[in-house]
Formats: sequence, C-alpha cells, structure tokens
Amino acid sequence: MGAKTIITRRLAERPDDSWTLDAALATGAYEALKRALKMPPDDIRAEVEASGLRGRGGAGFGTATKWGFLPEGVFPRYLVVNADEGEPSTFKDRMLLERDPHQLIEGIAIASYAVGCTQAFVYVRGEFALGYDRLTHALEEARRRGFVGPNILGSGFDLDVVVHRGAGAYICGEETALLESLEGRQGMPRIRPPFPAIEGLYAKPTVVNNVETISTLPAILTMGGAKYGKLGVNKSTGTRIFSLSGHVKRPGNYEVELGTTFRELMYQRNLGGGIRDDRPVKFFIPGGASSQWLTGADEHLDAPLDMDFVQQTFGVMLGSGAVMVFDDTACAVRVAWRLAKFFAHESCGKCTPCREGTGWITKVLHRIELGDGRKEDLDLLLDVGDNISPGLVAPFSQTTICPLGPSAVSPLVSLHKFFRDEVDEHVREGRCPFT
Amino acid sequence: MSFFTEENRQKAGSIVERYPVRRSAVMPLLHLAQDQEGWVSGEAMREIADLVGIEPAQVLGTCAFYTMYKREPVGALVVSVCTNVSCLVTGGPEIHQALREQYADDPEVYVEEVECLAACGGAPAIQVNYEFHEHLTPESAVEVVEAYKRGDRKARTLSGTPVAIVPTKAGA
Ligand SMILES: Cc1cc2nc3c(=O)[nH]c(=O)nc-3n(C[C@H](O)[C@H](O)[C@H](O)COP(=O)(O)O)c2cc1C
Ligand code: SF4
Repeated sequence: MGAKTIITRRLAERPDDSWTLDAALATGAYEALKRALKMPPDDIRAEVEASGLRGRGGAGFGTATKWGFLPEGVFPRYLVVNADEGEPSTFKDRMLLERDPHQLIEGIAIASYAVGCTQAFVYVRGEFALGYDRLTHALEEARRRGFVGPNILGSGFDLDVVVHRGAGAYICGEETALLESLEGRQGMPRIRPPFPAIEGLYAKPTVVNNVETISTLPAILTMGGAKYGKLGVNKSTGTRIFSLSGHVKRPGNYEVELGTTFRELMYQRNLGGGIRDDRPVKFFIPGGASSQWLTGADEHLDAPLDMDFVQQTFGVMLGSGAVMVFDDTACAVRVAWRLAKFFAHESCGKCTPCREGTGWITKVLHRIELGDGRKEDLDLLLDVGDNISPGLVAPFSQTTICPLGPSAVSPLVSLHKFFRDEVDEHVREGRCPFT
Repeated sequence: MSFFTEENRQKAGSIVERYPVRRSAVMPLLHLAQDQEGWVSGEAMREIADLVGIEPAQVLGTCAFYTMYKREPVGALVVSVCTNVSCLVTGGPEIHQALREQYADDPEVYVEEVECLAACGGAPAIQVNYEFHEHLTPESAVEVVEAYKRGDRKARTLSGTPVAIVPTKAGA
C-alpha cells in the first residue's frame, strides 16, 4: 500500500491553480453533483453507507450512520462543516480549503441534498485567512454557475451556504462548542445528549461533518460507494490524508490508502522519506495531540493505519490523521509539557477537573523539565489525570463534559508507559538531559 | 454617531441577514469592527449589541472568549509565533524569543505566542496578520516582519481581511 490520489487528485493534476473554477471544471468538478441530483436522496446515503466512509474529524464515526440519526420529518435541519482544524500537528483541512474549495462545495451540495437540508454552514478557523478568501470566492463562482443557490441546476433543490469565521479557540472544533460559537456565544461544549442530530444548531436537527469527510463525497459518487469501500483495510475503508510532521525528511500532507503502515508513511521515498539525519524514531504521536503515543519499536512502526486496530491493540487513535515524529534528540518530558500547556490554554473552563487539572499538569511537568521535579511527581500527575479520566485506560472515561479533558491525560499516560526512566533521570540529575 | 462607517454599516446589515438568528452575526461583526479600527472598542461592542438585539455585556462575553479579538490597540502588525510541538522541535521558541526582543519597544508590532497554526509541514511557522510564513529562522522571521514594516509586503487587516484599511496606530 502507500500513496493513492483520490481526494487530492485535483491538487496533483493542477498544482498551480487547483482552487480556481477553471481548473475545477477542467478536472470534473460538479459532475458528481449533477448525477446526485438525479438520484433519490436515500440512494446517495446508500452509496455512502456502501463506501464505509467514517468521519475524518477525529472520532471516526460512520458518516451514513450519523446522517441516519436525523429525526424524520423535522425541518429546518442544518449541515455544518467543521473547518476549525486546530488539533496540534493537523494541517490537511487547511490544504483542502486553500487548494480545492470547489471539491468541498460540491461535497456540501451532495450532503445537503442527501440529508434534506437547504441551509449549510462552514465554520472556518479564524486564523485561516487565505482559506476563507478562497472558499468565499469559490462559493461566489459556484453561485453564479448555479451549483449553489435556488433551484440548483434546474433540479428544484435549493441550498444556501454561509461561511462563518472563528476567532481563535481550539475548543470550537468540538462539535457542540462549534454550534455555540456559531450561535454567537462563547464556544463551550454542551452536555450530550441531546446530540446535534436531534438538537443542534438553533435546537434543530444538525449534521456536523469534517472538511475531509465532506470533500470525499464527490469521489465516492464518481467511483461508486462499493468500489471506494474495497480500498483500505477492514473497517477503515478508502484513503485518508495524513499530516506528517516533526523529524521526518519530507514533512507534509500525504494521501494514502488506509492499511498503509506507519513505517511506510514515514520512510517511503514519495512520502516521509525517512528520519532527519537518518536517526532512529524515538516516539511518535499517531493521531493528533489528543492521542497517546507510540514508539520506534517494530510492532508500532509496522502497525497498519487502521482505526480499530490501533485502538484495540495499543489504545491509541488515528484521530485527526496527523502523525508527529520525534527522533532521539527530542525530550519526551519537554514534548509532554508543551502539549499539557496547550490543553491548559485551550480548556474552556466549564468543568473543574479539566480547568484545574490541566493547569496543575502543566506546572508539574514544567518543574520536572526545569530540573525541579520530585520523585513522586509522576504518580502525582497520574493521580490528577485519574480525576479527569478515571482508570486512565482506553477507551477513556471522563468526569468532564467533553473529551478535551481526557486528551490532556494522554501525554501523561504515554510518559508513564514508555519514558518513566527519562522522567526519573530529570529528577535525579536535577536537569533536562537533552539541554 | 455610529461606530461603523457608512460602508461597513451596510456590510453589517447584510451580515446580520445571512443568519436565521441575528445573534449568530456577533462574531463576523466583531471581525468587521476589528477590520475597521484595528481592535474592538467598547463603542463597537455597544453598536454590535444594538444590531443583533442583545446586551453589550453579552457581546463582551463572546468577544473576550476568543484570542483573535484584541480589546485594546496593539499596533498595525500582529505577529503570531507557533511554539507547539512540531515548531518546538524545529526552532519555534527561538524565533519567538528573537521577535520579542527585536520588537519589545515597537508599538506597531505585537508579537504573540500561539498554539498550532496548522502549518507543521513548514515548521517552524509564524503568521503576520494571519498570513503564513514557513520554514523560518530567527533571522528570516525578523526579515519577514521588516518587509511588512517597509511596505514591501502588503499586510491584511488585524482580522486577516485582505483589504487596504489602515488600522489605527497604537495609542493614537
Ligand atoms: C476538543 C475537540 C476538538 C475537535 N476539533 C475538531 C476539528 O478541529 N475539526 C474537526 O473536524 N473535528 C474536530 N473534533 C471532532 C468533532 O467534535 C466532530 O466529531 C467532527 O467534526 C465530526 O465530523 P466527522 O464525523 O466528519 O469526523 C474535535 C473534538 C474535540 C473533542
Ligand atoms: S472538558 Fe475541558 S474543554 Fe471540555 S467542556 Fe470541560 S472544561 Fe471545557
């Protein structure tokens, strides 16, 4: 397995102008939409079901299943596309926004028609100024050509799409916080149930899907769901874009067939190209900062990119599709501390264990890194973590409203599992051995 | 006297109309206010409250939650430096320090440490008024900011909009 170009096809074929309407139309944009509008909406859902498509935003939930939760006969209902990409080391949605906005718009129209909504929103991370420009411009073009708006391509189907900009808050990537934010409030997660499918935006049935998930729909309709579903491995079908970063020779976004191994992703010449200075992999974070870590051990490197396999075997997740690689010059404590600081900064403050716990975790990790740690610090950290995620084992329980709290515990558990000696060395020597 | 210029008042009206519920317009209106003035003043928030029919304190509550809205003047250039892990191990903190020192006394340049900017493929990365610059060193980062200061590069507004609005000078 390895590289496979499905949703990055336009980027590969038209590297210099893939985001323009001309390039999009020359490479088949909106053909899938034309076909879709001639199908009964339920048939589209059936195609998506046959494709086995699972959400690319983090949780990997079946897309057709999620659509199926919408209560029958309740209108209006909304589609909200999550383009708030903020999970550390993830940068694929930004690329899709900036370089193929027409594919996303086509996917939005297909999904809206399939679920029966006439109003869609795209929540774009505030810092993505270029992505916002390109998407709003592409939307104008699509409107002029009749791909969006009233009576799309004479089908009788109306769709309005509003692009909404965030303003700097990672937590708004969490779907219920995102809805709060879209309603003009502070982006604080809601207690679920009710789930957004039942009571979402303006308390109406709402589907929230990730940019990559929606961007995959045109290709699924073009290829046919069953054919797409044959790609990949087990219940991880198709391809995904992996954001590869850190100490690899060629960091970047790579679309690969699921089932490709971490080693192939990091080392293949047309992918990561190996580790900087040919050093060994010390550890890597397989699914964005919220995931637990894996190491350079063969069983980890040779594990397939299979959402269920890595979860069941190692308790880690493919999450947002980001793989961050560290060679043997990286200090595990320093990385854990920086991630803890991130979660502390981004905690919305609604739940006590997360608001207080993330702050304490950051402080204690920092003192260990600075050489002021105590022998009992790691156990103290695990105890704080246990207040957020009792038991500290996957699948992670939570005393909090949303999974950000438990995510902050991932670096701790990883340190405990793989780098206890390194933590002890910091404490014993009173300094960071890497500086 | 209204806060928004005549042109922006019209924009504000069409923003409010976009949404099924008026309150949803609060964030885009805050961006619009920041585009106009370079920061978000109490006067702006009061007018936004009027436009969407909620209390000014509710607008403030929303505004204060999000890091991109600046509630005091910060100068013409916001330089956001990522120090999250991909940048941490490739030189982000060193860039942050160099920029902080370089612009410590410059009222026009506001240097802030930020979380992951989704530019890890080009780490270490910064943004200047929300425009990306990747693969930097402390020296090349300073050179990027200087290019904006000289006017060789055209900056977006402090909300990242690519229009030629000159933000108010800090303290002016
Ligand atoms: C703290 C937190 C942050 C999240 N950030 C994002 C994000 O930036 N983008 C995204 O698509 N999903 C994010 N998610 C997942 C969303 O809640 C939601 O599951 C997803 O957007 C659903 O889309 P999908 O089914 O297509 O994956 C986040 C979840 C949590 C708990
Ligand atoms: S877990 Fe943290 S981020 Fe999530 S709702 Fe609670 S306080 Fe907010």
